[in-house]
This record gives sequence, C-alpha cells and structure tokens, in this order.
Amino acid sequence: MPELVLQLTRAGFLALLWLFVLVALRVVRSDLYAASGLRALVPGGRTTTRTGRGRTARQLLVTQGALAGTRVSLDSRPILIGRADDSTLVLDDDYASTRHARIAMQGDEWYVEDLGSTNGTYLDRAKVTGPTRVPLGVPVRIGKTVIELRS
Amino acid sequence: MAAPDLRSEPAPAAPAPLPTGRGIELVLLAFAAVLVTGALVLVEANQEQELTRVLLFVGLAYLGLFTAAHFAVRRFAPYADPLILPCVALLNGLGLVMIHRLDLAEIDQALALGRDAPTELIGRQVAWTAIGLLLFVAVLWAVRDHRTLARYAYTAGFTGIALLALPGLLPSSLSEVNGAKIWIRLGPVSIQPGEFAKILLIIFFAAFLVQKRDLFSTAGRRFIGMELPRARDLAPLLLAWGMSVGVLVLESDLGTSLLFFGILLVLLYVATERVSWMLIGITFFLGGCVLAYHLFAHVRVRVQIWLDPFADFSGSGFQIGQALFGLGTGGVGGTGLGAGRPDLVPFAESDFMLSSLGEELGLIGLAAILVIYLVLITRGLRSALAVRDSFGKLLATGLAFGIALQIFIVAGGASKLIPLTGLTLPFLSYGGSSLVANYALVALLLRISHAARAPLPRRPAVPLPPIAEAGTELVERPR
Repeated sequence: MPELVLQLTRAGFLALLWLFVLVALRVVRSDLYAASGLRALVPGGRTTTRTGRGRTARQLLVTQGALAGTRVSLDSRPILIGRADDSTLVLDDDYASTRHARIAMQGDEWYVEDLGSTNGTYLDRAKVTGPTRVPLGVPVRIGKTVIELRS
Repeated sequence: MAAPDLRSEPAPAAPAPLPTGRGIELVLLAFAAVLVTGALVLVEANQEQELTRVLLFVGLAYLGLFTAAHFAVRRFAPYADPLILPCVALLNGLGLVMIHRLDLAEIDQALALGRDAPTELIGRQVAWTAIGLLLFVAVLWAVRDHRTLARYAYTAGFTGIALLALPGLLPSSLSEVNGAKIWIRLGPVSIQPGEFAKILLIIFFAAFLVQKRDLFSTAGRRFIGMELPRARDLAPLLLAWGMSVGVLVLESDLGTSLLFFGILLVLLYVATERVSWMLIGITFFLGGCVLAYHLFAHVRVRVQIWLDPFADFSGSGFQIGQALFGLGTGGVGGTGLGAGRPDLVPFAESDFMLSSLGEELGLIGLAAILVIYLVLITRGLRSALAVRDSFGKLLATGLAFGIALQIFIVAGGASKLIPLTGLTLPFLSYGGSSLVANYALVALLLRISHAARAPLPRRPAVPLPPIAEAGTELVERPR
C-alpha cells in the first residue's frame, strides 16, 4: 500500500476509534443528569416560582445517611422519597420502604406524609401518622437517612 | 458518523415511557461493526495487497452474532445498560482483527521458511465468540432476576472451588499447558475452568456477605481503633479465600490468585465500609508476596525479569523485552494496522495482546481501548449503585471490579509496571474459556443493569398529583 494511503488510513482509523469513545462518553454524560437525588432539577420545571418567598423552604438537604450532602431544589411539586427508581430522592437504605414518604406543598407550607412504610417516618422525635407540617430545619428521619428543609 | 443522542432533548414533564437505550445501543453496535470491518480491510490491505475470504467470513459472522445478541437483549432485558454490549462488541472485534493479523504474519513466516502453514486461530476464535454469545443469551434467558442467584450461593461456591481444584488434581498430561496446571484438555479443545470459577465465586462471596453483613458490622471486638469481626463469622469466607488462593498457588497461576484476592478484598470493603479490611488485606498481600518470593522459584524468575528484562534478553527476558520494543516502535501514533511486527513477541495473541495493539495503534489507539474498558467498568459500577438490592449491588461491584483488576494486572504486566502474570485481557485476547466466561459475566451485568433501570412492575412511573388535588387513596403496603 502506498505510504500516503497508509498514513491516511492509520490516522482515520484512530479518529474513528476515538469518535466511538466520544459517542459512548456522551451517553454516559446524558445519564449523569439522571443521577439519583438530582432528578428534580432536570425536567422542565425550572422556570417556576423561585422568587423571594420569605421563609419558605427552597431546598431539601440530606444531612445523614448514604446520600448525605445531596440537595434537591424544591419547586411546587411533591417530593417522593423511597427506594423506588422513580422517587425524587432514591434511597439506598435497608430500613426504607420502596415508597416511603412524600413531602408536598400545601399553601405555603410543606407537609410530610408517610406512605405506609414498614419502619415509619419521624419528624424530629415524633412518628408521622398523618400529613404533618415540616418547619424549616427540623430533621425528618427515614430509615438511616435524615433530611431537612432549608430556605 | 454522528450518532443521534436519544436523550439530549428535554425530557417531557408528562408521563413518558422510560428510555430503554436500545436505540443508542444499536447505533453503537453498528458503529463497532464499521470499525471492525474497516480494521480488517486495513490489515489485509497492508499485509497482502488483496482481500481474502476470511474478511467476508469474519465480517459477516461478527455482524450476525452481535445483531442476534442485540435482539436477545431487546427480548430478555429491554432496560439493560446501552453501553455495555457495544463496548464488549468493539473489544471483541478488535481482538478478532488482531488475531487475524497475527495469523497472516505466522503464515508469511512459515511460507518464507518453507514450512507448512500453521492452523489459523481466527476460525477458532470466531467459534468461541459464537459459543460465548450463546451462553450470553442463555444466561439472560435463564436468570430472569439476579436475586435468584443468591439462593444458589453455596452451590456456586462449592462448584467454583471444585472447578479451581480440578486441574490441580488431574494428571499433568491432561491439565498442564506451558507450565501452568490450570487447564482441562478434552481432545482438541482445552478449557480453563478458573475463568468460570471466578464468576461462581463472586456470586458466592456477594451472597454470603449480604447474609452476614449485619454480623460484620455489629458483633466483634475492637483492636487498636479498628473493629475486628468474630472468627466464626469469618470462617466460611476465610476458607473459600484460602482454598481458592492456595489452589491457585499450587497450580502456579499467580495472576488468578491475585485477582481473586483483590476481588474479595474489595467486596468486603464495599459490604462493610471498614477501612480496617483494606489494611488487613494489604498486610496479608505483602506478607504473601514475600512468602511467595522465597518459596517459589518461578516467582523469583518473574521478579528478576520484571526488574531487568534485558539482563537475559535472548532467554527469559525475550518476551517482555520484545513487547517493550513493540510498544516503543508504535510510539504515539502506531505503525498502522498490519504494518508492524507484533508477531515477534511470543504469545502475542494471548498474554501480549496489549503490546500488539500498542505497536500497531500507538498510544492514541491504546488509550482509546483503555477508555472503552473504563466505560464498560463504570457502567458496571453504575448499575451497582443504581440497583436496589444489596446482593445485586455487591454482585455487580464484584464483576465490574474483577474486569478492572484483570485489565490492570495484564496491562501492568505487559508494560512492565508490575511483574508479569499469565492472565488474558477480557474479550481482546485469544482464548476460548476467557471469552465464554466473560460473556456470561457481561450477561449478569446486563441483567443487573436491567433491574436497576427498569420501572417497577405494575407501578408505572407516573408523577403523583400534588397532595392538595389528590383524593383518598389506598396505599399498598410494601412487602
């Protein structure tokens, strides 16, 4: 094979090989945005109410457990917590149920509600039996995970 | 060729079917087929100036096999990870190309010396690929839920150890190839049961650790700031560990014993989150290294070659020395496929596949191959993170880390970072058992990733209405 053709095919093959790698990495990247705990950020609800609302909660912070440090921005939509894949906050916790609890907004306040979990949901020390208002900064305990609402 | 990214458009807020990723998998598989066919054409053009029937045979077999595999995944694990199969397909294809390329070099050499042409390895490797993909489909079909594997933990453990020990117990005429007693020879085919034992033992370790995890983290006494587990909790584990490592040392297969040791250590660490395990393991490892160096002559030889391969270049250092020259000849851009001399390295098609690829594709190509391995491993670990049951997590971690450590041992050995041990590069190297066993491994990984990504049964992923609008509903109590 002529030298020029050899060089061109050599470079072309390497370029194609790296193109494959880049396409694969692009798929990896698009998956990263769907990582657990950050799903509330992705779908198109970013433009909703985020103007100054005094002392309303604007984010949910995981303070203890495997996901500690995870923040989920809150808009008006409810937050589902549990081991199920489609939860907003997907817990990997042996003591959490598949659909464990829901934190939802009613009026200007956030309420936590237990969804029939096995080990229960605790607001501070008290077991949550019905929808209960969650003040800012009060720990909500689900299995080994503790979350708080922050402004 | 730009592949459409199926998920780059903004996700609709309304309930939509979860993306399965099968479309992007098919696109990437087609891309891999194009790359492999292109590589085959380049090899033949550079070697012989004309295209042979082998090109048609390998190309069509490759296309047919992976199309079938893709449809099997569509049928049995529709939500499986879209990147794992294309990465594996590309690696296997590049392996086939390189084996064919080394075949051509062997034939040329034999003709030049006036000898009979040696048997071509490519036909056998294509056949092994077919068998591997058959097993791949069979595993996907048979294992519908990876959690059922946990029930056969002890069966898998005993079978694994038996498979490991079998070549050591058989007479050397049946089990010894090139000084390592790790084979079972049945007429024309010889298989390496250790490759299959690897998967079975990972299943056993994962299931065992999940069962006993609470014991590891609660019972036990403290010792210099670290909590040590009770001896009786550990006994089956240490037994399996000692037996697998001991058997392998007696069969003088150090690479595999290092692999097993590393996998078990990582599984222990992942299951218990205790740094103390790493320290204990590394202490054991260093002690074992010193012991092996003083006990076994072949270990001393390996270390001597590693320290200075050029001390005895024409003798024991020839293989690694030639491999290093090959990598150096390749340089950054490589010599071009089919234009180098990777056949100068003994066992270029199995143990030294990496240096063959490095010579012809250069640093750029070799880096691409390593990144493809990296993607494969991270997708395995990602499935481990995403799957909801502990057994699946540990199993996927073990399988993915197993691939990673094996690549490190082989690549480190071929590039003289660590002493050389006889292991194969998964999917790239020539070798039936390795290929078939790794396809079973990938099938398990796909099964776990399917479990991680699939929506929950009978509960479609519909966002519930805000609580203010919701009526009274009966909440299902989880099992």
